[in-house]
Amino acid sequence: MDLFIQLVVAGLAAGGIYASLALALVMIHEATELINFAQGEMAMFSTYLAWTMINAGFPYWAAFFLTVGISFVGGVVIERVIIRPFERAAIFTLIVVFIALLLIFNGLAGWIWTYTIKSFDSPFPEAPLVLMEGVSVRMHDVGAIGVTLVVLLLLYLFFRFTPIGLAMRAAAQDPTSSKLVGIRVGWMLALGWGLAAAIGAVAGMMVAPIVFLDPSMMAGILLYGFASALLGGINNPGGAVAGGFIVGVFENLIGAYMPFIGNELKLTVALAIIIVVVIFRPGGLFGKVAVSRV
Amino acid sequence: MAALLKARGLTAHYGPIQVLFGIDFEVAEGGITTILGANGAGKTTTLRAVCGMIKTGGELSFSGNNIKGMATEDVVRKRIAHVPDGRGTFTGLSVEENLRLGAYTRRDRDAIAADMDRVFEYFPLLAGRRQQQAGTLSGGEQQMLAIGRALMLHPVLMLLDEPSFGLAPLVVQDLFNILRTINREQGISMLLVEQDASLALELADSAYLLETGRVVMSGDADVLRNDEAVRKAYLGY
Repeated sequence: MDLFIQLVVAGLAAGGIYASLALALVMIHEATELINFAQGEMAMFSTYLAWTMINAGFPYWAAFFLTVGISFVGGVVIERVIIRPFERAAIFTLIVVFIALLLIFNGLAGWIWTYTIKSFDSPFPEAPLVLMEGVSVRMHDVGAIGVTLVVLLLLYLFFRFTPIGLAMRAAAQDPTSSKLVGIRVGWMLALGWGLAAAIGAVAGMMVAPIVFLDPSMMAGILLYGFASALLGGINNPGGAVAGGFIVGVFENLIGAYMPFIGNELKLTVALAIIIVVVIFRPGGLFGKVAVSRV
Repeated sequence: MAALLKARGLTAHYGPIQVLFGIDFEVAEGGITTILGANGAGKTTTLRAVCGMIKTGGELSFSGNNIKGMATEDVVRKRIAHVPDGRGTFTGLSVEENLRLGAYTRRDRDAIAADMDRVFEYFPLLAGRRQQQAGTLSGGEQQMLAIGRALMLHPVLMLLDEPSFGLAPLVVQDLFNILRTINREQGISMLLVEQDASLALELADSAYLLETGRVVMSGDADVLRNDEAVRKAYLGY
């Protein structure tokens, strides 16, 4: 039982990170119907920025918020400079652009910071939190869950109550009508990229203390994020978050209780989830199935 | 009355297909102008041309300033509100959110709140459905919401694309009465495109008849209504 609770809490912590990344994917998908394959590498790059700042002597939270800010601006710039020219391009063209972005960020990070694995500090205390006799969890796990929930709350408030948030939802839903009320749709898209990059940066900084920092650290996480988004419903932000937590816990439990899966085959679980969802419930658990007339 | 909106030799293309072949028309300040015509005559295209949704040639001025070639988002900022065909409501958002979006370009909070109250006065049905998702409204209610959304811009000119489309006759009568009230109370000028010619001629004070992208007749609404050719072709008696 103790082990079970510990696994669940650790699963929730990982799940929070998957949820953040899933949310970033859903945000871009809402606006463009596409999956940004470079989302994970962008997050990795942001994490390296934070690492550089911390090493230069910045206090952790100063580096954290600076990184989130820089990532936001970076996301906006990437949309304006790189994605924008392909506005009317075919889907496959854009997918190639995304993959190119992925490779560029991966290569760039390796070139700047080398491929050696680096440790990344957690801002939370070392000493584990004792929940009850014999059950303790890492403070970092608890902290990561907390940070994820705060990010989600902020996003919810932003989309629900601010004019810009409302305009972004409108622009994603119906670009033509949005222009008719004066919304600059192109900029809303750029803003979406900025937000997605910022959320990704948070996910990267939360996961780095667990998996260590290296240019490919997000490859697996992105897969989990993608599985989470699909499981929850690719067109439902709330569902994607729920999907993240479900995948996190499920993956952790299955890794522990099914010895033949262990740590080595864990990633396969993500792929299996993707395949099962796509076959049996393409809309995800909470999403709506998109039916389009052709 | 001075012309608020003025088009001279307006042309428009969809790709290689020309739809408008140099049309002239005006909307007077405080007036209601209607553009009549059969399917495919270019009525909707004319409205799209005015608010920059399609590439156009010729001259187009609003309050004496050129608006041709301006982006739709900027035309909106001149306080021209378009109620497009298909209504242009955000079906996934609530009634209130749709109305808030209508005032997206404005910063005068108090006046926005007052305008929202006024919309609910015109359309009491909407008041009870503030939090309801717009997609779940009936056709008539959605049209009311579309007009309400346009009013939230505090417009000088409203472009209305077949507001009667798909609605029951009683609902249409209601809607047109409200449009008349809005025009009189707030002095909002209107450019109305309609298939229902008798309805449009009743509301409007001047009218243009469009046939395959050319103006074939224009004048006071009364004159057109009593014209024998118009009566036979468009009014059906």
